[in-house]
Amino acid sequence: MTVDIRNLGFRYGNTPVLRAISFRLDPGRFHALLGPNGAGKSTLFGLLTRLLALQQGEIRIAGTSLARHPAAVMGQIGVVFQHSALDPDLTVRQNLAYHAALQGLSRREARRRGDRELARFGLLERANERVRQLNGGHRRRLEIARALLHRPSLLLLDEATVGLDPASRAALNSHVRDLCRERALTVLWATHLIEEIRPEDRVLILHRGRLRADGTGQALCRALGGRDLADTFRTLTGGD
Amino acid sequence: MDASRYWHGFIGIQVREWRRFWQQRTRLASALVRPLLWLVVFAAGFRAVLGIAILPPYQTYITYETYIVPGLCGMIILFNSMQGALSMVYDRELGSMRVLLVSPLPRPFLLFTKLLAMAGVAVVQAGVFLALARLVGVQPPPAGYLAAVPALVLTSLMLGALGLLIATWIRQLENFAGVMNFVIFPMFFLSSALYPLWRMREASPWLYWACQLNPFTHAVEAIRFSLYLEWNPLAWGITGTVTLLLAALASTGFRPQRTRILSGRR
Repeated sequence: MTVDIRNLGFRYGNTPVLRAISFRLDPGRFHALLGPNGAGKSTLFGLLTRLLALQQGEIRIAGTSLARHPAAVMGQIGVVFQHSALDPDLTVRQNLAYHAALQGLSRREARRRGDRELARFGLLERANERVRQLNGGHRRRLEIARALLHRPSLLLLDEATVGLDPASRAALNSHVRDLCRERALTVLWATHLIEEIRPEDRVLILHRGRLRADGTGQALCRALGGRDLADTFRTLTGGD
Repeated sequence: MDASRYWHGFIGIQVREWRRFWQQRTRLASALVRPLLWLVVFAAGFRAVLGIAILPPYQTYITYETYIVPGLCGMIILFNSMQGALSMVYDRELGSMRVLLVSPLPRPFLLFTKLLAMAGVAVVQAGVFLALARLVGVQPPPAGYLAAVPALVLTSLMLGALGLLIATWIRQLENFAGVMNFVIFPMFFLSSALYPLWRMREASPWLYWACQLNPFTHAVEAIRFSLYLEWNPLAWGITGTVTLLLAALASTGFRPQRTRILSGRR
């Protein structure tokens, strides 16, 4: 599914956070949104998920305007927020059921899809445990499983690996890449960690509210003359 | 979007609220201790001080306990709504609120459903309290319990919407102590919950009018009259109108351009 962002701008009061950003996400591909903290990544996610209202510019998902047809578009999007959005006092299955209901799925359908996702994510035997009892890695996996419950074609992940140890981080990252391949999902993976990006990924570099670069990691290095992506990133963001 | 999606969403939100309630059973206990203290201790101490004349909807002289029970039902709902609404916006529920808001269902529908779910829980708490009050001799007609349910639901919707408004608009009241001091206590004491308003009028006309302007007064009167199977159109009218007004304001507060969910903690 194609995502078209045109001339997107956003300000909190008088402080501009995003300045006239335009880019396009290709269907079925893994895209990394790279930027230091405060670059505007979360604001961009807020706009894409309708938690913030559009001030300037346009967002089209599969050709449909988010502002004009929010219900149709929101049903196509799965979101994993930066901070956990699970209810720790409810069980794994109950958390999934709640999300499924909010997406308009019947309880039977929710249970069927939920169990299938849990099995795929290796969480089925924990289905009746409270979320509080899960470790950080399992929680993030559960959140991804939940985001996929209504079969979206676009998956947005806002620093999904925050707070995980390096091994879980790498596992989660490659898991999402598998999903992207298997289900032809369009993925936007926001991060400030360069090691989560592979040379063949499409990389969007956001810095101080502006889109500084857009291309595959390799192409960016070639074009900007960096030794590797980390070097290129430092050049672009001026090391500040 | 077809109706079944709305239905599944509606049921899902109700189920979640009850599950949370069941998981936090201690909350029920603490929600009941407060009004029971008022009923058993405070009312016993005050019954001698305050003589209550015959006033509608009561047909005979009543004990002070009998007088304050509807107000204490209101108190249960007041605490429940403020706690619920605040935790909806702040707290750990911050996350689950996001899950709610990214649903493709329309936001006013989601918020109303959520308020209704909170009202259901509050009505059950008030019901348990009324049953306990019966043991200490506050015995309205049995049909009154049923008649009071719509009044309790309406009160809960009104206060829930108010709580949401407060939580979205006034960031300084982020902690519950602030809400206690500036919302719950004034609303509760400046109302007919603990004393009939004619007594207030004797004390000070200003306070009397403050009580009359307080929608909580009318909510308590709606509960009181319903509990004794009397119809009070003024109380219902005011409570209903204020509920609609607050609900409309609260739902505009949750339109995307106003959502502080993302920026609220900056």
